[in-house]
Amino acid sequence: MTGFLKEFFNRNGIGVGAIMLGLVLFWTIGLIVLPQLSMLDFSFRPNLPPPEIGGPKDVYTLENYKYLVFGPEGGGQDYNAVDLRVFYRTLIAAALVTIFNLILCYPISYYLGQSEGNHIRIFALMLIIPYWINEILRAFALRIIFGETGVLNTVLIGSGVFDQPFDFIRNDIALYAGLGYAYILLMIFPMYNVIESLDRNQIEAARDLGAPWWRIHWRVVIPYAKPGISSGCTMVFMLSAGALAAPQILGGPSSLWFTQLIYQQFNDNNDWPQGAAYAVVLLVTCIALVLAVMRLFKVNMGDIGK
Amino acid sequence: MSAGVGVDLENLWIRFGDFVAVRDANVHIKGGDFFSFLGPSGCGKTTILRAVSGFLDPSEGKVLIGGNNMIGIGPNKRPTALIFQNLALFPLMKVWENITFSMEIRGASSAERRKRADELLDMIALPDQGDKFPSELSGGQRQRVAIARALCAEPDVLLLDEPLSALDLKLRQHMRTELREIQKRVGITFIYITHDQGEALTMSDDIAVMRAGVIDQIGDGKAIYNDPATAFAASFVGENNVFRGKIKQVNGGEALISTNRSGDLVARISSANQGKLNVGDDAMMFIRPEALAIAPDGASGDHFVTANVTHEEFEGNSYNIFSEGEGGKEIKVSIPNLGQSFENHTGQSITLEYETKNAVVVPAGELAAE
Ligand SMILES: Nc1ncnc2c1ncn2[C@@H]1O[C@H](COP(=O)(O)OP(=O)(O)OP(=O)(O)O)[C@@H](O)[C@H]1O
Ligand SMILES: [Mg+2]
Repeated sequence: MTGFLKEFFNRNGIGVGAIMLGLVLFWTIGLIVLPQLSMLDFSFRPNLPPPEIGGPKDVYTLENYKYLVFGPEGGGQDYNAVDLRVFYRTLIAAALVTIFNLILCYPISYYLGQSEGNHIRIFALMLIIPYWINEILRAFALRIIFGETGVLNTVLIGSGVFDQPFDFIRNDIALYAGLGYAYILLMIFPMYNVIESLDRNQIEAARDLGAPWWRIHWRVVIPYAKPGISSGCTMVFMLSAGALAAPQILGGPSSLWFTQLIYQQFNDNNDWPQGAAYAVVLLVTCIALVLAVMRLFKVNMGDIGK
Repeated sequence: MSAGVGVDLENLWIRFGDFVAVRDANVHIKGGDFFSFLGPSGCGKTTILRAVSGFLDPSEGKVLIGGNNMIGIGPNKRPTALIFQNLALFPLMKVWENITFSMEIRGASSAERRKRADELLDMIALPDQGDKFPSELSGGQRQRVAIARALCAEPDVLLLDEPLSALDLKLRQHMRTELREIQKRVGITFIYITHDQGEALTMSDDIAVMRAGVIDQIGDGKAIYNDPATAFAASFVGENNVFRGKIKQVNGGEALISTNRSGDLVARISSANQGKLNVGDDAMMFIRPEALAIAPDGASGDHFVTANVTHEEFEGNSYNIFSEGEGGKEIKVSIPNLGQSFENHTGQSITLEYETKNAVVVPAGELAAE
């Protein structure tokens, strides 16, 4: 470590080195670690009006976490069924979005990674440019497509597939499409990166030995692309589970996303400790799930960074 | 042992856009033969092999394996196995899985695969290495695993794309013998690609010499070496001294060439060019370094060459004398070391002689790059 620092300063000089190091530390510690730690701290405290903060009532408590599981003290139910349901539905939906995205993006990444020529650049550009547009605008654009009088319904009714409009929004189809679309690049690029470095001769060797296309993918391409697949899936899962704009705009009235509950706690109820506790639970659960799945598929942490 | 499955290329053309990579190749490879394509880098060797294995469709012409036209049959359905220039072992599979991948495809059980892998590992002299990954093997070991993987598929024709080029000299020479032995043992047709004439000469039954997409000559090693069909074949295979000139006179199988630097010289017309060289044609005459000898002083005639010696070297098995040749090339004389004493000739003018049968004349043409 000290060797690394020494080399770093030798290379950049003391002045520039100190500024760069300071900025990185400020970024990681000042802007990420400290605020998150204070959130963690919040989550273990009662929601008090400002004058009482730091007073005798400001003690560490598990109340906020209990609330998620058991609901309000003295409430009619044994469990906080509503919030728990939203919680696990969010996780399942995020997992489904991830799987759907993987199935959609693997062939695209393979195609991009293994073909040669300039059209690949154009293809990649066409994938990237839509992301210059704000996330909220993109979500509203999907509403235009999936809405009751939207483009899709007009086409489907016009061509006689349906006789009355199908409610894509209430059925969450718009939401899944929106979430899937929102993170498509994060799925494609890690996979593309790995597959691009796969020696074509490997694929040809498998084919030469008699392998049909699916076995080539199963035995040669997918094992090789595993680091990219896991890194893409991790990002898409984490970001879908933590998404707010897409569920707000594209979600049906009956289906809440867990992030929306967190938002309500912070914003509508003005209960920061409660919101912080929900956020912590979501984060920890997501990390645990990702680690479990990585273990199941024998992926190393180091692979994710590839 | 079966007679083996032959391979024929009939009027084979392969183009990439406007670029012609293979021009009208006609090759008949007998079943069970060890056949080599020999040529410099970029001459289209890999391209031919890819057309035989099915990864490339010919632009024109046919590829026949065992007499059957292979057009429209994919590489996974042809009775060929290809050993790639870079081997292309599967890095994430163990050695035994690599070797028996073709059996996995056919649905063989893991026990059967293990058993076959052990047999093949014994054959390639790598017993008990099946549980390693390819990255844990040396270059030569990986080489042998690639051969075993290809043989495990029980192909009728094994295609090898410069498989020894990545190995060091000693190992390369060892693997030559080994490959030849394996080929004799399994009895299938080997099509071998190389730019190394030593490999081609030592291992092959027959050799096709290629130049820029064209096959210049097909024949066994002796024919290629002693009786080249073109200037390219003469200069690419082995070392050769070239004398340019015009045909002055043709007498049956021999010709008198009026050379630019050494006056009139006599040479044998190579078999492929019998009857095709006429008086006045531009021609090239080739004499191997070992076919030249120092003549007594003052000798002259149509099989004597004078030379100004620039430098000499002792190579162990031979003593080499270099003198000024034509167009920046040197004339090399190689005298076998039989224990005699060698005189130093540097700076002197000497006369060299040769026997007519050892000088061969072909139409003037492109020479191989050094
Ligand atoms: N897919 C392709 N598209 C365009 N040109 C190609 C393609 N494949 C090969 N070529 C060209 O065809 C020629 C022959 O290539 P090939 O790979 O057969 O050479 P080679 O004899 O195997 O050379 P080396 O000894 O270097 O492997 C080369 O000039 C190469 O640039
Ligand atoms: Mg090649």
